Amino acid sequence: MKKYLVLFLLLNLLSPLLRAQDDLMKMLENESKKERKKDYATATFKTTRLINGQSIENVAAGVMDVKISHRFGMVNRGSYESFGLDQATMRMGLDYGISNRLMVGIGRSTYQKQYDAYYKFKILRQSKGGRGSSPISISATSSVMLNTLKWEDPKRQNYYTSRITYAHQLIIARKFSEGLSLQLMPSYVHYNLAQAATDPNDIFALGAGGRIKLSKRLSFNVEYYHVLPISLVEGQDYRLPGTKNSLAVGFDIETGGHVFQLHFTNSTGMTEKTFITETTGDFFKGDIHFGFNLSRVFTIKNKKFRKK
Amino acid sequence: MKKLFFGVLLAGLATGAAAQNIQMTKSGKVSFYSRAKSPEKVEADNNEVSSVLNTQTGDLVFAILLKSFHFERALMEEHFNENYVESNKYPKSTFKGKIVNISSVNFSKDGAYPVTVEGELNLHGVSRQVSYTGSVIIKSGKVNATSRFSIKLKDYNVSIPSLVADKISEDIDVTVDCKYEPKS
Repeated sequence: MKKYLVLFLLLNLLSPLLRAQDDLMKMLENESKKERKKDYATATFKTTRLINGQSIENVAAGVMDVKISHRFGMVNRGSYESFGLDQATMRMGLDYGISNRLMVGIGRSTYQKQYDAYYKFKILRQSKGGRGSSPISISATSSVMLNTLKWEDPKRQNYYTSRITYAHQLIIARKFSEGLSLQLMPSYVHYNLAQAATDPNDIFALGAGGRIKLSKRLSFNVEYYHVLPISLVEGQDYRLPGTKNSLAVGFDIETGGHVFQLHFTNSTGMTEKTFITETTGDFFKGDIHFGFNLSRVFTIKNKKFRKK
Repeated sequence: MKKLFFGVLLAGLATGAAAQNIQMTKSGKVSFYSRAKSPEKVEADNNEVSSVLNTQTGDLVFAILLKSFHFERALMEEHFNENYVESNKYPKSTFKGKIVNISSVNFSKDGAYPVTVEGELNLHGVSRQVSYTGSVIIKSGKVNATSRFSIKLKDYNVSIPSLVADKISEDIDVTVDCKYEPKS
């Protein structure tokens, strides 16, 4: 019994030392385990565009993003055209985050004198921990594009609605690690008016893309859209004549409030209908445009210490 | 074997008795502010800091989830997590230490008691021995601990690209404000 008493006293003396800080830390860890919070994947991509098309990212609520995008001429046009630098098409755009899930944007392109407007909504966000976590993020986006070129034949009865094209996309993305993010983009483009009887009104495509981060502020991106051989109307082709699939490779460079995207692509237009369905350049024959997107964000509505 | 069993049992009793001295919070507040030349304010608040204080021994620990720091600007918050503290790699900042002059705090009498805290601060994968001053404020039995100190980013391997050097200061002012509750 005496032995136990000694042991008891010894343990009582030792216990504060043994417990000390590591035990307190363990206590904290146990407490936090009880109420594990959902941890959402952030910054799957650096900006709201992968290259030509939409990425899974939105601008945050109350943030405006001014986007200026350029595509120069094709590099295989030789020194007379200064390897494409003599021409440029551009799109000026304005994006705004209505909530942390919903953003809208408008734009004007010199190519086909288009106006475009779109929304993008986060349906599901990749997360871990907590209840209902998801391995992927899903967003939906739709855009409407209006071509305002002069009518080809002003003498015939022309309808305003025949200038309109719609595009709908689902974006399914996963940030696999800090360095690697991938996304799939099933897409559907609808032309109110097709040019020829054999041209499709409805075109389906599957896009795929991703990024590899080369450093904290530099990433390498790839984006590809494959037009699918699905035709809704018999006798119609599944794609527009003479078009190719859109391919783009490029870099994202981030410097504080700016993101610069420099890339090479065979697409001329910067709206969904133009790059998914109207790309005519053959990437591997050198019909490549050098281009860049410039993004600058402005915080319009300052929410003091926003809650996620 | 039997002895060992009894030993463990007794040790368990001993810790049970000590629990009365444990004060805890899961909603402590830590803020930081970068004193930079640029008018753009770089500051953030975290209201979900957890901490435990042993009022008898002075042992004090903090666990701070870096993703819970919220900024006025969403992009700053993203860059803070992505580029500076790399919160996916190092999700937590911790402090393990002691109030060295805990005996000078009278927990049963209202008042503000100046204290010195020593221990190990871990941030961005770097652990450093630190010593800061603060106060323990007792008001009608409630324990409140506050401190204000400054840390150097390069001490914790957080690098600032030259491009934004005028926007983010090398010295970061940190304030801590924790209202503790006795742990049941």
